[in-house]
Amino acid sequence: MTARQDEATVNDTKPEGPPLVEIRGLTKSFDAVRALQGVDLTISQGTVTALLGDNGAGKSTLVRCLTGVHEPDDGEILFRGERIKLGSPDDARHLGIETVFQDLGLIEDLQVWQNLYLNRELTKGVVPLRILDKKQMIARSATILADLDVNVPNVRATVRRMSGGQRQSVAIARAANWGTTLVIMDEPTAALGVRETAAVEKLIGRLRSNGVTVLLVSHDMDQVMRVADRAWILRRGRTAAHRRVSETDGGELVGLITGAIAGDADA
Amino acid sequence: MTVTIEEPAEPAIEAKRRPGLSIGAAARYAAPIGLVIVFIIFFIATPNFLTVANLTDLLVSASILMVLAMGQQLVISVAGIDLSVGSNLPWAAATLGFAYTHGANLAVAMLLALVAGGVVGLINGLLVARLNMTDFIVTLGTLSVVSGATLLLTGGNTVAVSSPFLQGLALDGVGPVRWFWLVAIVAALLTAFLLFKTKTGTHLLATGGNLDAARGTGIHVARTRLLAYLLSGLACGVAGILLVARTGGADPSLQTELLLSSIAAVVLGGSSLFGGRASVLGSAVGAVLLTSLINGFTLIGISQNYQPVAVGAVVLGAAFISRFQK
Repeated sequence: MTARQDEATVNDTKPEGPPLVEIRGLTKSFDAVRALQGVDLTISQGTVTALLGDNGAGKSTLVRCLTGVHEPDDGEILFRGERIKLGSPDDARHLGIETVFQDLGLIEDLQVWQNLYLNRELTKGVVPLRILDKKQMIARSATILADLDVNVPNVRATVRRMSGGQRQSVAIARAANWGTTLVIMDEPTAALGVRETAAVEKLIGRLRSNGVTVLLVSHDMDQVMRVADRAWILRRGRTAAHRRVSETDGGELVGLITGAIAGDADA
Repeated sequence: MTVTIEEPAEPAIEAKRRPGLSIGAAARYAAPIGLVIVFIIFFIATPNFLTVANLTDLLVSASILMVLAMGQQLVISVAGIDLSVGSNLPWAAATLGFAYTHGANLAVAMLLALVAGGVVGLINGLLVARLNMTDFIVTLGTLSVVSGATLLLTGGNTVAVSSPFLQGLALDGVGPVRWFWLVAIVAALLTAFLLFKTKTGTHLLATGGNLDAARGTGIHVARTRLLAYLLSGLACGVAGILLVARTGGADPSLQTELLLSSIAAVVLGGSSLFGGRASVLGSAVGAVLLTSLINGFTLIGISQNYQPVAVGAVVLGAAFISRFQK
């Protein structure tokens, strides 16, 4: 218990920055299914924001709207206070929004450094004959991973040989490495063991202290209490409540998710 | 020019996942292992096999297959398959023959052969990559269409091409090194360079390894797949020129065995039919292996009719082995 309070104190010492992303009244329907029915959510700069909700609450749809996969029917998304339209994943990427989906998006047969630099390869030589600068990419990959304290024995190993936790860490490191402002993680530890989960949570903490903003979709209340600053709870396509993690506990969050505790909007 | 043809094997991280002599490991080295076995068998069977004259000739006829296999290698790298090779090759050859016999300059006729091959590759690429049609149906379709077009162009007859330059290309060389070998080696080096030294190569392998993930990083997967088919078409153009040089004419008939052999060479070489993994050196050795098989059969005097059986069996064996690669 004391450990948790310490953690909470740590969370509190860092003042929340200005809002990086503000979502207002977002709606999205698929035929007859109204996946989002007016969602509000604010992600403050430099924080870890948890996105909670039961299956079907609209988390995935919201994430896909933020990454440009889906276009919302109505409502607005503000990025650094400016209204933006995300028409494609490229639009999101240009704003520095990177997503680590559950399938991780790694290429198994390529080596770790190739994955880290995929489609951002460093080259050398003159224009018609630009060849890959492997040395540079391998060296920098090792640095990138070391800086984030990611334990991968060899950046020249193929991803196929990596454990689930190592893969997750490589995927997160890749997402966080390109001038990224917001990293969205979709249940990053769902498939991981205890030790690997701890390593990934440490990595999330590292990103936070490096100034990267994180939106964390998670089903693990203990994890949310450990790593997040603020939690937003969706229920049936609406924002049910939001809490400072330092002012709530796992029990209340579960209650808000299931509806056992009335949300702010239910009144 | 120093080009590493094969990526160095990475050190094993988790030893428990890699049993010492698995079928998967054998699959990786199927081509060199098979080549040694075939050489030993034919060496024992006939004194005419392991002679300088025969090996020279063997490597000359392997050159055509090797060029085709390089194109096939690129398509298989993006998890595709190019079945149109079987008719694109005689189509390119017929185009050369037609243009040359109709008064075109040889250089122009050769260029037209490349264009003819490239156009078929481009059509395959557009249909597969842009319209998302299934690769083997598309290339099966173009296999038939192009085969018919070749017959229409030539009236079904072999077009004789008598050109001193093409004769020289087939029979001469630099010292003991034949021109055909040089063409095949250059094709292999260019393919290896593209795959392992350039951005485009990484994107080819990434696209073949995991299409969605590659698209997710912003790689233009359609453009990348199109390029693979286009280059395979160009390889058919080059091989078509070699074929005309070697046979002194353009035979319009379908080259089913070369088609099958081009796929078998790549699979024997250790590339994955599921895409994402390529070995240029392996494919080159695979091409030599398959050619050695046919060459040895001919020397021993086994009926020509057994050759498709042998090639087909090797293809099936390669497919069986590749089952264990993932």
